[in-house]
Amino acid sequence: MEKKLDINWFKYASPKTFYPLAGKIIPWCAIGAAILIAYGLYIGLFVAPTDFQQGEGYRIIFVHVPSAWFSMFLYLIMAFYASMGLVFNAKLSYMMATAIAPTGAMFTFVALVTGSLWGKPMWGAWWVWDARLTSELILLFLYIGYFSLQAAIDDKNRADKASAVLALVGAINVPIIYFSVKWWNTLHQGSSVSLTKAPAMAAVMLEGMLVMAIGFWLYSIAIILMRVRCDILERDSKLQMFKKD
Amino acid sequence: MHWNNISEFLAMGGYGFYVWGSFAVTFLSMAIELWLINQRRKSVTRTLEQ
Repeated sequence: MEKKLDINWFKYASPKTFYPLAGKIIPWCAIGAAILIAYGLYIGLFVAPTDFQQGEGYRIIFVHVPSAWFSMFLYLIMAFYASMGLVFNAKLSYMMATAIAPTGAMFTFVALVTGSLWGKPMWGAWWVWDARLTSELILLFLYIGYFSLQAAIDDKNRADKASAVLALVGAINVPIIYFSVKWWNTLHQGSSVSLTKAPAMAAVMLEGMLVMAIGFWLYSIAIILMRVRCDILERDSKLQMFKKD
Repeated sequence: MHWNNISEFLAMGGYGFYVWGSFAVTFLSMAIELWLINQRRKSVTRTLEQ
């Protein structure tokens, strides 16, 4: 007799089973984030040497680059969950996309502001309309567009679908941001870090940036899971209200 | 250790406003986000307990 391997692939697609799983993950990510961010700050502020051209001002890199990376990465993850929601009509996928948006927007805002604070002393301008800065600003508008659309449509199902489509269409912006410094003549410097070549920066500086980036990643996971758990509870409380009638 | 004293550390070679401004915006944004999500959680658990 054959023993059939019975895997429920959609087990955690149910908010009810996902909720406690998320609850277990959050504290680990939170602790990991705190440790890595502290270590990253230590490297960035105490260990990494002074830059030859930019003096101490370059240290902004330790918050600017990780937040910029996450502004883009989180958008792609959001677009992925949006597409999963559309394909499987899965409520939880839409809820994950919605939970990601505020954190993604926050990192986009931080990337833009820290970028301005870098630009002013180094290049004399708080802002230029070059390809990278402009496309990053557009990313912020896309995130804002996502929340606005969710808030504007009363029917939750339709709101989820509409904002999912926006997230997907907007995803084209992320490779534009990434390749902007290669495709166009920008004030923003070109990429120093690549998957195929040795980095064009001191190892210690790269290490600091990577440690901060992983710290930000763990922070993002913790916050996003906290947010989706709140959303699960809020939707559940609404259902309970209906049941009482 | 890279710095000779605290005032050098705070001055960041003249870039103090920009460097500390950047770190402040970053960590303040993250702290506010954390605070907001905690408020939301408290509010929903209060509603559910009713």
